[in-house]
Amino acid sequence: MERLTASEIFIGLLTQFTPVWIGLAVILAFSWLFRSKLGLYGKLFGSPIGVAGLILVLFWVLTAIFADLIATMDPLTQISGMKNKKPGWPVSGEEGQWYLLGGDNLARDVFSRMVHGSRIVIAIAPAATIFAFMVGVTLGLPSGYYGGKFDTVLSFIANLVLAFPVILLFFLLVTPEIRETGVPLAMAGVLFLFPIIFFLMLFYSRFKEQPPKLAFSVIVTLVLGFWAYSGLAFNKDPFGVFYMDPNLLNIFVAVVFVNSPTVFRIVRGLTIDIKTRDYVAAAQTRGETPWYIMLWEVLPNARGPLIVDFCLRIGYTTILLGTLGFFGLGLTPESPDWGTTINEGRKLLAVYPHPALPPTIALMTLVLGLNLLADGLREESLRD
Amino acid sequence: MVSFLIRRTGVMLLTALCLTFCVFFLTNLEPNLEKLTKSEGNQRMTDVEVQSWLEENGYRQPLLKRYGEWLGVAQGWTRTDEEGKVSGRCIKRGVPVEEAPKHCGLLQGDWGFSLVFKENIDGIIKEKLGLTGKLMLCVLLVMVPAALIIGVIAGMREGSKTDRTLSTFSILTTSTPEYVSGVIFIIVFASKFGGLRWFKGTAATAMENITFENFTLPVITLALYGVGYIARMTRASMAEVMNEQYIRTARLKGLGFSGVVLKHALRNALIAPFTVIMLQIPWLLTGVVIVETLFNYKGFGWTLVAAVGNNDIELLLACSVVAVFVVLVTQLLSDISYVFLNPRIRVS
Repeated sequence: MERLTASEIFIGLLTQFTPVWIGLAVILAFSWLFRSKLGLYGKLFGSPIGVAGLILVLFWVLTAIFADLIATMDPLTQISGMKNKKPGWPVSGEEGQWYLLGGDNLARDVFSRMVHGSRIVIAIAPAATIFAFMVGVTLGLPSGYYGGKFDTVLSFIANLVLAFPVILLFFLLVTPEIRETGVPLAMAGVLFLFPIIFFLMLFYSRFKEQPPKLAFSVIVTLVLGFWAYSGLAFNKDPFGVFYMDPNLLNIFVAVVFVNSPTVFRIVRGLTIDIKTRDYVAAAQTRGETPWYIMLWEVLPNARGPLIVDFCLRIGYTTILLGTLGFFGLGLTPESPDWGTTINEGRKLLAVYPHPALPPTIALMTLVLGLNLLADGLREESLRD
Repeated sequence: MVSFLIRRTGVMLLTALCLTFCVFFLTNLEPNLEKLTKSEGNQRMTDVEVQSWLEENGYRQPLLKRYGEWLGVAQGWTRTDEEGKVSGRCIKRGVPVEEAPKHCGLLQGDWGFSLVFKENIDGIIKEKLGLTGKLMLCVLLVMVPAALIIGVIAGMREGSKTDRTLSTFSILTTSTPEYVSGVIFIIVFASKFGGLRWFKGTAATAMENITFENFTLPVITLALYGVGYIARMTRASMAEVMNEQYIRTARLKGLGFSGVVLKHALRNALIAPFTVIMLQIPWLLTGVVIVETLFNYKGFGWTLVAAVGNNDIELLLACSVVAVFVVLVTQLLSDISYVFLNPRIRVS
């Protein structure tokens, strides 16, 4: 079989991504039709930069969802004779199969590894960012609202973490030795409690006067929360639904730990600003509890900057995950995530550049998409 | 002003103490100590032998006491074995026991001994910081003017086509971490794949002799990621200043656009970016580690990776102290300069 030419590779790639194109078309068409009813998301369609960002982000999200359909090969299978082969090389011994973007140092398909790598990034980065936001919001709101000693202590701790060079923190926190000591488990035990506390306070402050609703929501939160908590933090889920690999848990905890102090500072600053507003004073006069004011008056009014920061932070978390992979920390060397693949590819960069290039472009476009999206959202939210 | 300085310095020292203690705790975890013992003794030591080695070398004292010894505020441990031979933290080989000092830690200038490089750590740190210093200097010389120019031009006429283009460029650079741009640069400019072989893909030779050929790629890689952020800050600050009343007054009294920008706007617009630049220096640290690893430039970042990879506890501690020190000092300087440059805060 002949090696594919550049244009044949290009067409091959376009065809492989068919599910993504269909998905993109459907989502964009529906969002466009109902844009007037979709609030901030609908307004996004007024800004070309925001739309460009949205398309890039959706592209990678859909790639992650349909990874099994898009990838031509298994990301871990090594096929003899395909080591470091150039893009478009036919698979030896199989008719009609090509390594669209070539083979890597261990004779695996670069394209399929990139596609499957998106799954890891798309799964971890937003989840870690959500947890960081839960921690930051749950601590930042009372810190800004009450001030005083509580605020001083928490701010000092946040500044402490922020003064730690990120890379040093990763080298110290993401190691096989530290996994033996159980420090990540302890950190997970503390950090994963915050979402439960957040939702408990959210429902409690709202339904305090309506015992049936209160009982229902609190019980649901507690059961679901501690079920997930037992599985994710300690791997003791009795039904085996929630589970996190120890390496993954280690990375996850480190990334949440690095991100939460910044979120804390932002939320605290916004709270200090918003608590002087008239509607807060009105709620205080009505006799609402402090937690009701924080969660149902201050937080919804701080959502604009928080949504923008959320987008930016997912991008930053993606970069952090790539950094971890680049230094070989955490995930196993054969993992197809982009940071690890870049790290593997860079060793032979001068001779075989093609294995390193696809993951770098993938990572860059995803982060670029998130940053553009954040920029579009910021512009649109400032407009009203 | 004086009380502000004193308070800030006090908080900084407290932060430094807490951080170094955290680093000390994390580097001296039980599995690390066992690994250290086996690499110092031999790989086939039994658990009992490991424990007795740790006991003999002072690793079994309380953590706080050992932290104090390392810092130089607590007396170094000494131990007399059955034969009456005295050993201790501060008793170096070939030095009589009587002459050995009581304290030997960071404060006395004794940074310890590196197991990887087989050298005194203060010498290593000095040499490597010199190398990284050169890199950082070049990076700042490229990054700061480029970012300020981009930011000022973009912010000068908010919403114009130039502004849109430059802002998108800034977003692009902030989306390209060093390990992505570095790899792309090497492929394009230093490999046969890109066709252009203008520069070298490694900076190993730059340690003795910096040339345009071997130093351009690391510097550009490192500068690029920071440019976007500073440029966006400058743009925002410039755009805000351009909307002020006094700019309109200057325009209305007949001053040309370039005169307004250079004489009236620029000075006020650069206060905020200046403090951001100071805060970028600790940010550059992560980039330095990545770039030095990628381009094989054996500076401070490379040493940090080597210390982690080889479980060189004392060297890692020393690197951490330097890193933490750099972060805290730049934070302090940024705070002070902000107060100093901004008349509104200075007067009150």
